[in-house]
Amino acid sequence: MKVGVLFSGGKDSTLALRYALKYTDVKCLISIISKNPESYMFHTPNIKLVGKQAEVIGLPIIIERTKGEKEIELRDLERAIKKAAKLYKIEGIVTGAIESVYQASRIQKICNKLGIECFNPLWQRNQFELLDEILKLKFDVIIAGVFAEGMGGFLGKKIDTDFVSRIRKMHEQYKINPAGEGGEFESLVLDAPFFKKGIRILKSHVKEDKHGGRTLEIDETDLIKKEKNEK
Amino acid sequence: MKNKLLIVNVCREKLHYFEFVKPIEDIARGMADDGIYFETKSYKNIKQGGIKKFGKIIICGTSLKDFEYLHHIKRFSWIKRYKGSILGICAGMQIICDIYRCKLEKNTDIGQKLISINKNFFGIEGWKEVYELHNYSIKKDRRLGNLFDIFSQGSIDAIKHKKREIYAVMFHPEVRQKDLIRNFVMML
Repeated sequence: MKVGVLFSGGKDSTLALRYALKYTDVKCLISIISKNPESYMFHTPNIKLVGKQAEVIGLPIIIERTKGEKEIELRDLERAIKKAAKLYKIEGIVTGAIESVYQASRIQKICNKLGIECFNPLWQRNQFELLDEILKLKFDVIIAGVFAEGMGGFLGKKIDTDFVSRIRKMHEQYKINPAGEGGEFESLVLDAPFFKKGIRILKSHVKEDKHGGRTLEIDETDLIKKEKNEK
Repeated sequence: MKNKLLIVNVCREKLHYFEFVKPIEDIARGMADDGIYFETKSYKNIKQGGIKKFGKIIICGTSLKDFEYLHHIKRFSWIKRYKGSILGICAGMQIICDIYRCKLEKNTDIGQKLISINKNFFGIEGWKEVYELHNYSIKKDRRLGNLFDIFSQGSIDAIKHKKREIYAVMFHPEVRQKDLIRNFVMML
């Protein structure tokens, strides 16, 4: 089946993409760039890097912009999916939804309306298990935004075994969602086994929002050659 | 035999296994300390003789656009002869009702829904938030009422066969009501 993958450049949509590459015929990535930093659906720091990620993955990408107004942004998503269906004849959408019924059901409704399949391969997965899978697959992921108390020290750090053990403790103490699905943190994937090249950050700066959340804004990157990549 | 669970995959697309079958396997896997073992089979690979060793069967759901199982309903004829307990989830409920010649009707529900369960159904009772994902539901008519006890008010969300240990839900308990599945599996 020909599919498009909703792609934010973070760990979940990248892992969902890997599943899609294994079981379907991925024709394109679809990204929504929201102007609203508080969007429930699409806000991701460094979303502007998705074009570069698509380049190193070797897939075309459809990028739609939205003002990020609740529910109206769904029309922008629908427009992007329609565009993908027209350009690449996709018959399904793949998402990285894990637990959020809010996000998953809205995408399901759009797909149902358009008469295409919706796939959520990470749905209901144990979130520590997902972090372990990312480590096992050797994804190179950094924390690109921190929005919860106690998370500040993780900004710019890699998701590694140390991160997983610390987030496990924070989950036990403060109920921090280990996958960051509650908006506690956002991630950015710099490399994965199926990337043809890795992305290296050359220059970045930290930006603070009005609620005390901090993001790592990437200013400059280059691409790193790899010996081999997963097909 | 009683502690062995069969999970039936009805998904047409392989990638849907992760969304509709694996979450149920994960719940069953978490019950290993209670002595629960499970196997998963595609509905296409089930034969009457092969299911005798299982004390319980769960027939999983599938995606909104997938109705392939209804075109192969004869493959589920074992439901009427199987002696153990069965729980049908969404598509599984449609299959059970189709086997007993109850009618389906076009009715779309996607997302969270508040339902009322009027008597204990594997530990859930009263108003409950559930996750639904279907384009067809079960029609409330005389035949359904003659064959099944209805546990929900309004829409047909939870039923039990009047004479058999056959249960079915229209919602996806693996999303918001995981205990329902645990209680079904533990009910011996």
